[in-house]
Amino acid sequence: MKFGVVVFPGSNCDHDAFYAVEHALGQQAAFLWHQSTDLQQSDVIILPGGFAYGDYLRTGAIARFAPMMSAVRDFAERGGLVLGICNGFQILLESGLLKGAMLRNRNLKFVCQPVHIRVENIETPFTNALRPGQVLEIPIAHAEGNYYADAATLEQLETRRQVVFRYCRASGELAEDANPNGSANFIAGIMNRAGNVLGMMPHPERASEALLGSTDGRYIFQSLVNAVAGGRRVAPGMAAAR
Amino acid sequence: MPLISPELVEQHNLTPEEYQRILKTLGREPTLTELGIFSVMWSEHCSYKSSRIYLKRLPTQAPQVLQGPGENAGVVDLGHGWACVFKIESHNHPSFVEPFQGAATGVGGILRDIFTMGARPIAVMDSLRFGPIVSPPNTPAAPATDGAVNPALNRRILRGVVGGISFYGNCFGVPTVGGETVFGASYQNNPLVNVFALGVARKEHLFLARAKGAGNPVIYVGAKTGRDGIHGASLLASSEFSGADGQQKRPNVQVGDPFLEKLLLEACLEAMHSGAVLGVQDMGAAGLTCSTCEMGARGGVGIEIEMERVPQRETGMTAYEILLSESQERMLLVAQRGREQEVFQVFRKWGLDAVEIGQVIEEPVLRVRQGGEVIAEIPNAALTEQAPVYERPWAPRLRSAPMECPIPLEKRNGAELGEDLLRLLSDPSIASKRWIYEQYDTMVRTNTVIGPGGDAALVRLKETGQALAMSVDGNGRYCLLDPRRGARMIVAEAARNVSATGAVPIGATNCLNFGNPERPSILWQFVEVIEGMAEACRTLDIPITGGNVSFYNETDGRAIDPTPVVGVVGLLQKSDCLARIGFRQEGRRIIVLGGVVTIREDPLICFGSSQYAQTILGTSWGIPPWVDLEYEKRVQACCRRLIAEALADSAHDLSDGGLAVALAESCMAGGQGATIDLNWNGDPRLLLFAEDPSRILMSVAEMDLVKVDRLVSEYNIRAVVLGTTGSAALSLSHQGEALFKIPVSALRSRYETALEQALEAVSS
Repeated sequence: MKFGVVVFPGSNCDHDAFYAVEHALGQQAAFLWHQSTDLQQSDVIILPGGFAYGDYLRTGAIARFAPMMSAVRDFAERGGLVLGICNGFQILLESGLLKGAMLRNRNLKFVCQPVHIRVENIETPFTNALRPGQVLEIPIAHAEGNYYADAATLEQLETRRQVVFRYCRASGELAEDANPNGSANFIAGIMNRAGNVLGMMPHPERASEALLGSTDGRYIFQSLVNAVAGGRRVAPGMAAAR
Repeated sequence: MPLISPELVEQHNLTPEEYQRILKTLGREPTLTELGIFSVMWSEHCSYKSSRIYLKRLPTQAPQVLQGPGENAGVVDLGHGWACVFKIESHNHPSFVEPFQGAATGVGGILRDIFTMGARPIAVMDSLRFGPIVSPPNTPAAPATDGAVNPALNRRILRGVVGGISFYGNCFGVPTVGGETVFGASYQNNPLVNVFALGVARKEHLFLARAKGAGNPVIYVGAKTGRDGIHGASLLASSEFSGADGQQKRPNVQVGDPFLEKLLLEACLEAMHSGAVLGVQDMGAAGLTCSTCEMGARGGVGIEIEMERVPQRETGMTAYEILLSESQERMLLVAQRGREQEVFQVFRKWGLDAVEIGQVIEEPVLRVRQGGEVIAEIPNAALTEQAPVYERPWAPRLRSAPMECPIPLEKRNGAELGEDLLRLLSDPSIASKRWIYEQYDTMVRTNTVIGPGGDAALVRLKETGQALAMSVDGNGRYCLLDPRRGARMIVAEAARNVSATGAVPIGATNCLNFGNPERPSILWQFVEVIEGMAEACRTLDIPITGGNVSFYNETDGRAIDPTPVVGVVGLLQKSDCLARIGFRQEGRRIIVLGGVVTIREDPLICFGSSQYAQTILGTSWGIPPWVDLEYEKRVQACCRRLIAEALADSAHDLSDGGLAVALAESCMAGGQGATIDLNWNGDPRLLLFAEDPSRILMSVAEMDLVKVDRLVSEYNIRAVVLGTTGSAALSLSHQGEALFKIPVSALRSRYETALEQALEAVSS
């Protein structure tokens, strides 16, 4: 299967996502240029991290107007799988593919550190390789990751089980000291109602090799591979890696 | 009536003698534009006129060196068809005047130096020095404070500098993988911001900043030229400060746009790979002037440019302003005539301006036209290799610190020594820099094997399976007491940091921060540092492939401590065959490779240069140790061998704070306690806190001790077993008598919170 990685001017995790998909997962990957509308027959689209268009105006605010984004929107409406990571999440929010918005981190600083997140819903194409409540260690790196939505939206997200990941302690417990940016309801990742578009602040591509400290990010990519293949299998080598 | 008055010459920071030289070179009076050009190109910052003759003493050659000093950055061969490109540069004065933009553009400038060579930047490190951020504590011999220390100002500068580095590096997409942050009174009103950057390239993609082929187009790319940063090199970087300058000189600081630089990186690399580009030079210090005459000089040709074609951000700019502007994110390319459309196409793709502003000419001159009319024409050589060189007078500086310990050193009991350790761990210079480095993206590009907090950073190369270790180190405390000894120590330490990951040092870059070289005592410090650095680099086989000299680090007549900073790069052939600093497993034997005492001098005299003397005793005296470089080399080689043979479970260099601080750091990093007995006669205070060189703390399996011992003998060095890892506390005894036992959690709570408390808890 093929992952398409969108390249905006200012994307800087595009090569990392490409590398993780190709080397850690052994899947095909292709770069999709922002001015094109050709998805190159990708099965999954990744909107990578970075500072698309310099994050001028607001994070993701200009990227939503890219020609590629209209192709991605059509793809998502047809049920195609879209994963937005960090800046990619911000772009999904600005595009209206996901609900809510990002505020600056609670401490007003960029923060880069490994965090723990707990999976809240394993019946998704992004999490089918995980156990219920499984805790993953994956790094974050952002200045605007403080997820915000009004109370009604939050409630809707919760009741429809669209909250996919929450920040937590290593034990899985939810606590303010384990919420690195002040996100509402500890939200680290949400999906759309149809369940085919996910945005998450942590970077799974940075947690795909033991040499770099964690392989937990591979569960997410592997889930996508499973979903496209139509089956539900546990990621190869995961048992050994744990 | 001459156009150029003596006052005008003085305002341009040129001496009357230098002006006479200009008259002689040109055979006529210069135009105002030409005077401006001479002013920046003959500034200390661009011409190295006070340092050049001494820099020649540094070893720069080795078989692996592909490019030594003289280009934008040095280049070292990695094998497998790859090379690494690295350099360190200062941005001290701009960072004092405007901390955020000063530091940000410091990062931007060095990154351009790297990709100008055709390499993609993959790592940045920063060596930062600030004045104290907390009020000096009560100490037995607190030095007379002149009331000049202003912690609130220093905190503000630090926040700005860290914010600027974070802003620029994170957006550009290069990981900031390590560095150092040190506090000292001499950096009050003169912070040091030295930025190191490293990139990699395939050897056939390397580029030089040379113009060639008369008639070839000279292409300007990137940001438009504005009035920012005019005379940054000559006025900010090449003169002393007075207190009021901080405000007045703010317009001389440039403003950075990392997004634009990211586009410039991608576009330049793509254009360079197309084969249509012959030479590239970034516009950094002295902007368009410097890039045109240097590219011409290096290529043995000339460049002619037309001012009216230069993209301008504002209207009404004079040629003088355009030529001297230090607007950021601009590059100059020489392309092959006939293929310029290929170049333009690449830049259009990335949404960047690219304009032909002139051409290469045969005469070796810099010729500037405005509306066709020649308004400046100067031989390149006069601006570059024939710029003034001074052999200024130097004389040893009188010692301000005594040789002997000036205070009675009363015996400390075990509990007091434990308290001393905790105080050292919470000294901002030693404490964890997490508050700083968590604001940097340390992992982007997914190559960071060891990030901030280790001895050296380690970045793997996906393309070859190798990894590069890098460490930046300086020590103004040592160099003030004895510049030559201090320089030997810092080179040895930076190399040791690299060796402690398992990597072999392959090259170095230096950033030499000093006061005003026109003062004989300052120049003496500089000359001595060069001498010490050259000795250490020669013995340790580490060529210096480039760097930067930053003079005039003085404000209101007060110079910084002499602060050479060296960045050493090492190569690890297999990225996963490495050591980290933390004690990872219980029941491992703890050894000090090199031995606990490695100096043959009076230990008390050397103790005066330690962090302990400064932090706990509030004074300093004596001299730093005289590192035995041959011994150092063998210790490092043995360390690397132990790591390569998978005998080392951890390895950590001993430096500031000595054995006790290193033990605490290894405990905290690995979450393991340790039980240690110091079985030597003598004052346990010195055993714990002295800073003898050539020592590496390691943990090894009991069953491997025999093998370790054999290798230690093979390298003809010493090593001692100190104790065992395990339990949840660091327990120390001296010849069987308990000194202190501190839970690792208690070490951590001091070490991890000190900096944050200093910066966040105080309202300022």
